[in-house]
Amino acid sequence: MSTTQVRSRTGERLEALAAGESPRAALVGYLPVGFPSVPGSARAARTMVEAGVDVVELGMPYSDPVMDGPVIQRAVDRALAQGTRVRDTLRVVEEIADAGAPVLVMTYWNLVLRYGVDAYARDLAAAGGAGLITPDLVPDEAGQWLAAADEHALDRVFLVAPSSTPERLASTVGASRGFVYAASTMGVTGERATVGDRAEQLVADTRAAGAERVCVGLGVSRPEQAAQVAAYADGVIVGSALVRALLDAPDESAGLDALAATAAGLADGVRSAQRVPR
Amino acid sequence: MTAGRAQEGRRLRDVLLGGGPLATHQGPYFGEFGGRFVPEALIAALDELETAYHKALADPAFSDELERLHRTYTGRPSPLTEVPRFARHVGDGVRVFLKREDLNHTGSHKINNVLGQALLVKRMGKKRVIAETGAGQHGVATATAAALLDLDCTIYMGEEDTQRQALNVARMQLLGATVVPVAIGSRTLKDAINEALRDWVANVDTTHYLLGTVTGPHPFPEMVRDFHKVIGDEARAQLLDETGRLPDAVAACVGGGSNAMGIFNAFLDDPDVRLFGFEAGGSGVDSGRHAARFSGGSPGVLQGTRSYLLQDEDGQTLPSHSVSAGLDYPSVGPEHAWLHDIGRAQYRPVTDDEAMDAFRVLCRTEGIIPAIESAHALAGAIQLGREAAAWSTDGHEPVLLVNLSGRGDKDVATAAAWFGLIEDEPVVKADEGEQL
Repeated sequence: MSTTQVRSRTGERLEALAAGESPRAALVGYLPVGFPSVPGSARAARTMVEAGVDVVELGMPYSDPVMDGPVIQRAVDRALAQGTRVRDTLRVVEEIADAGAPVLVMTYWNLVLRYGVDAYARDLAAAGGAGLITPDLVPDEAGQWLAAADEHALDRVFLVAPSSTPERLASTVGASRGFVYAASTMGVTGERATVGDRAEQLVADTRAAGAERVCVGLGVSRPEQAAQVAAYADGVIVGSALVRALLDAPDESAGLDALAATAAGLADGVRSAQRVPR
Repeated sequence: MTAGRAQEGRRLRDVLLGGGPLATHQGPYFGEFGGRFVPEALIAALDELETAYHKALADPAFSDELERLHRTYTGRPSPLTEVPRFARHVGDGVRVFLKREDLNHTGSHKINNVLGQALLVKRMGKKRVIAETGAGQHGVATATAAALLDLDCTIYMGEEDTQRQALNVARMQLLGATVVPVAIGSRTLKDAINEALRDWVANVDTTHYLLGTVTGPHPFPEMVRDFHKVIGDEARAQLLDETGRLPDAVAACVGGGSNAMGIFNAFLDDPDVRLFGFEAGGSGVDSGRHAARFSGGSPGVLQGTRSYLLQDEDGQTLPSHSVSAGLDYPSVGPEHAWLHDIGRAQYRPVTDDEAMDAFRVLCRTEGIIPAIESAHALAGAIQLGREAAAWSTDGHEPVLLVNLSGRGDKDVATAAAWFGLIEDEPVVKADEGEQL
């Protein structure tokens, strides 16, 4: 990964899990800030960590989320309609920084550009955040962010896709720190009946391109899918299934119960995986 | 031409481009604008498109085929029409010429780009095209090319626009396209583009996204401009033929900016030709209800490219407003952003009221019903009339070239309601009448 010697909080967590008494993959859980409310999203993030999520991915609500499917779009739309701001994300990061899981922020790029790339990196680091996942920023356009992340010791999680060429896998791996996010399928976020069969090959290809850690997201929603992915990947990223637990509930308290149950099921799935030796 | 202006233009060019012409500037960047702000999943497809496009450019068979289609199907070259009765509303002694893209097959300039990209799709071996549409013009043009070249076609259209432009929805369906109403976000063009991008990510192996304007990720801004530059190339030759000189100014409306880039391109390297883009000022820039990205926006990233856009303090996209669906978009092509910043083109807002007044003037003086989008360029021409006298330093009559990018058939209901010729919602009123 990055040749710059910057400590990776997410990387350390993934390594600790892989080196533990019963080595396993990490469970990465996504929730958008501001849904069901700003304080509610902090409570939700804590709830999923207590239920077994190892790394938190907090989404900054954005008006044009082109990589997200209907479930996350609905939650984000509600968060924006309720007036959720970019600075609320930093507040929630700060509130859950001591929950026991590194916190990555998932953001579309214009929000960071508008805030100021360096200023955002500085404030995210000060709030206790571990880094950024950037779905619409490829390393080719990320010069400012690469520098700011080094300056403020933040993880840079870029995505690879089944369509990525070997050259692009290598350059994306080179720019990433923490882990590389492998999109299991060509598509947007959402629950799917099966996890794309190209995912395992993509993980292998990304490792062959030099990645130390590769986590798989898009379409993972059920415990058995989490177990299947955890067998070959360093982490399993789940979003829509967790968000839906909150969306479908009649109130926040019921939503948190449903979220805890969904997260616990996924955590069991990850722990039950038969790991493929590397 | 004044020596000073020409010299300044050359100096600007030397500084910016090491002396290279503006007209052939290639992406991915236009100054600090442009680029590729898209998911990694799309990069391979954009690379494939760029390669196919550059190969096609180098292949005379491609340009021959496109030229043949334009001649026998589009109806190119489109005429250049001098409009003296309209010109009286612009200013004394000003000569106004309209480039008649409204007379193209399907009714606007959109067909130029659509046929070019559709031929590329055949070359890439893809079977399906998707596109976004606002007013429906680009959707109709895409559905037309898909029918002609035997491609599956899906058009994404904001739910609100499907209701505003029901006739165009029917046209697309008649042409064999599937029209998908988009019911998320503001339910307009921007949301249709989001949905098209989501479709593209999922189906990129078989599907080409036939983007309708000079925005989006590289290579779209450069490629779509190139497919439209025939507008300016023809107009330049026609005007030279007619008047023996270049225009003093060129005016075009700017939504995403494809018709404007198409006509500007031929004049970019003539520093004495003034270039004016007219954006939708809606209810007025101060009202907050507009689509004036240059007067009321700031640089940022939206839908794959860095350009000027309407955004709030946080960088969330703000809703745009215009009486014209085709100009109702919160961002603008990156090459326009660059031309704006280097001062090569000027961008000004035109309000709904001004556009509709100009719409009526052209109808009444010349017997041409323009698209409401194009009426913004006409209103801009009327604004320019005030300064036109100062353009001429050698006593010639000032010459103004206006791109009439589309015809107004699609806008008859909107215009009739605007001018009080029919009730606002004729269908509902008719139903009420039946109940009586």
